[in-house]
Amino acid sequence: MNSFASGLLGKLSWDALQHDIIVTGGQVSMVLAALTVVGLLFYFKRWKWLWNNWLTTVDPKKIGIMYLIAATLMLLRGAVDAGMMRAQQALASGASDGFLSSEHFQQIFSAHGTIMIFFVAMGLMFGLINLIVPLQIGARDVAFPFLNATSFWLYAAGLMLINLSLMVGEFSAAGWLAYPPLSGIAYSPGVGVDYWIWSLQIAGIGSTLAGINFIVTILKMRCPGMTMMKMPMFSWSVLSSMALVVVAFPILTATLAMLALDRTLGMHFFTAESGGNPMMYINLIWAWGHPEVYILILPAFGIFSEIVATFARKRLFGYKSMVWALMAITVLSFVVWLHHFFTMGAGANVNAFFGIMTMIIAVPTGVKLFNWLFTMYRGRIRFTSPMLWFMGFVVTFTIGGVTGVMMSVPAIDFQLHNSLFLVAHFHNMIIGGVVFGYFAGITYWFPKIFGFSLNERLGKYAAWCWIVGFVVAFLPLYILGIMGATRRLESYDSSMGWQGLFVVAGFGAAIIMLGVTFQILQVIVSIINRKDNLDTTGDHWDARTLEWSTSSPAPHYNFAVLPVVTRRDDFWESKQSKRKNTDKPNYQPIHMPKNTPVGLYIGMLSLITGFAIVWHIIWLIPVAVVAIILLIIIRTSNTNSTFTVSVAEIKKHEAARLLTKGKTL
Amino acid sequence: MSDTTTTHAATLSHRQEEDTKSTFGFWIYLMTDAILFASLFATYAVLRNNTNGGPGGQELFSLPFVLVETLLLLTSSFTVGLALLAVHRHDKQKALILLGITFALGAAFIAMELTEFAHLIQEGHSWRQSAFLSAFFTLVGTHGLHILVGLMWLSVMIVKVVREGLNRANVRKLTLLAMFWHFLDVVWIFIFSIVYLIGAA
Repeated sequence: MNSFASGLLGKLSWDALQHDIIVTGGQVSMVLAALTVVGLLFYFKRWKWLWNNWLTTVDPKKIGIMYLIAATLMLLRGAVDAGMMRAQQALASGASDGFLSSEHFQQIFSAHGTIMIFFVAMGLMFGLINLIVPLQIGARDVAFPFLNATSFWLYAAGLMLINLSLMVGEFSAAGWLAYPPLSGIAYSPGVGVDYWIWSLQIAGIGSTLAGINFIVTILKMRCPGMTMMKMPMFSWSVLSSMALVVVAFPILTATLAMLALDRTLGMHFFTAESGGNPMMYINLIWAWGHPEVYILILPAFGIFSEIVATFARKRLFGYKSMVWALMAITVLSFVVWLHHFFTMGAGANVNAFFGIMTMIIAVPTGVKLFNWLFTMYRGRIRFTSPMLWFMGFVVTFTIGGVTGVMMSVPAIDFQLHNSLFLVAHFHNMIIGGVVFGYFAGITYWFPKIFGFSLNERLGKYAAWCWIVGFVVAFLPLYILGIMGATRRLESYDSSMGWQGLFVVAGFGAAIIMLGVTFQILQVIVSIINRKDNLDTTGDHWDARTLEWSTSSPAPHYNFAVLPVVTRRDDFWESKQSKRKNTDKPNYQPIHMPKNTPVGLYIGMLSLITGFAIVWHIIWLIPVAVVAIILLIIIRTSNTNSTFTVSVAEIKKHEAARLLTKGKTL
Repeated sequence: MSDTTTTHAATLSHRQEEDTKSTFGFWIYLMTDAILFASLFATYAVLRNNTNGGPGGQELFSLPFVLVETLLLLTSSFTVGLALLAVHRHDKQKALILLGITFALGAAFIAMELTEFAHLIQEGHSWRQSAFLSAFFTLVGTHGLHILVGLMWLSVMIVKVVREGLNRANVRKLTLLAMFWHFLDVVWIFIFSIVYLIGAA
């Protein structure tokens, strides 16, 4: 019987469900939230709607919204983790142990980093890319719509797997990058690291596929007349970012696979015995990891380029230098990875090379910053909430950039390595750069996505809370880092004199939480008052690029007639020339892809595969993998995957759109 | 009447567009795969001499055996090229024969590789023995896994061509398959040189 159970369930047993009170609280709230959603779906009889309009969709606009929702939920979870860490460190001085056990604290900081990078930042990024890039380049769809849905569902599967670790078993306690030998089977025998590996592996493959998809979309599907140098800056930044994705993510895939082979098949890539080399892992993971931070920040740069030009009512300053700066960063981001471990002992010459490259990469970034400032110079600036996020970004990102260049000096890095100074630095880049950028982008494009705008007043409150809270939460960490506080401390001696600053940092985190509360309120209030904020023109901000030339929200085919452009910011220029286009539009039938549940199935089967590997449920692995292969064969044999939107249908839709537009004018 | 002709023209250009997009996308996919292999090659190069007191390449590799493997794979790359030429001439019969030969050569290659692996494991030199062997089995095994995927794809395509003939979709997929197969051949040449030739020297 016992051997039967272990054959059926692998390492899974009742013990996996036993947890302490804090984890149980998390589990209960997650289960309650899920039950509430299910209950609401039954109450409003929306299952069919959910299935037809969302779960089986291949429309990038809907996939983008699903990305945004998933990433927002994960942001809340990651923020709770952050709050617990701040509270623990504010309390756990001297005799007090705080309220978290050391094992639990380690799981929390590992989960916080993993979730925030892979499932929040990546999710928000792919969400905005899906929503905006096809519209911005005047395309009706992405290059491979089905693949795009599959990418989303792989991301969702990774996300579900990492959250399952809270329910069943445990999460990794080896940090967000799981350095061996600690993450090896000898020192982390539990399932935590396996959960980490497989949730990232599944989501990472989805990212690689999405990267391929958007490169082809941008290079092959721009509307007539839009040469590369006429492309909007956000699309340029996405192209650079996706080029990094397709070069960097395969390294992650290989590295995670090798770590998994070490753990499950007893190989010796990164073990501390039998000739394994843990430093090889650290090199490989950062050869992916450093480009990864640029993958996240470049689209944020693109968002700011659009926002600054729109709200300064000026053409973007130094377009060509912006493009070259992007290209320079794309290339240079691959030759700086060693600055994450100057202390490894690669020698002075190697450290000097990577230190100098790191300083050089600050130059194109500086070029971009100055270009934004010059764009604002003598512009008639409207201080909307996206603009406020931008102003916050300029200040915080510059502080982060300066401290980054400080640490690029190996001699200084030897002092600051693994200290809270570093933690403060990368939060400066990730919160001040990436998060502010995506929040600005969401606020800016919200009317385009949903057809009504967000409440400006609450948005400004939120932005101020985030900016002030950020400074209060993270500047103390710089000081603590110089005082010698290392990262990942669950308690410290009271004689260190750190507690005061940790309390200040905790207070800053509370201000950020207030900002999050304002954002939640903002969304609720805006939905309730949406009738007053409808974007009937399709051009809510009087903006410059093509996504604003169609209705808000855009029809599922994006453009009734594909736009033709002759210059940069063509939409803006033709608004300025005030020449009315009186030609009768020549509608053509449009080919669009049909909905399909296959992407969802592949994602869920990947989730099952990941779960089965984590728990060594051996029989289930081939079953799920074979099912995935069969689904791919069936899907690729399907010759009937598109449908045609008839001219009559387009005419009907366009007439309805012109009618609402006419009413407001 | 005019609506149907424009629909037809739109469908045709739509299909051409699909062809260029999928070929280009597949090229990028191959490059991502090349980087995956590059990571494994780099790891192998670093761990090559970490034999943990066990045998190194000199003791384990049999060059004549690997040479036969290499010739099988190179020939299969040639036959898949011929098959694609036949496909473009719409010579269904010949295309099928050549695809079948490619499949047989690929299967023979995999059989030899598995024989080599089984032999090593029987001798007590599994991937658990040393970092060198871990890196060897993973690098060569990943290539073998790709060949296995290629064989599955080949068999699916053979069935499709028999049932549906050389329609546009099948021609496109066969083109991608041939690209995939050539790519694996190139990777194998690197494995042959870096793992076996240098290792046995």
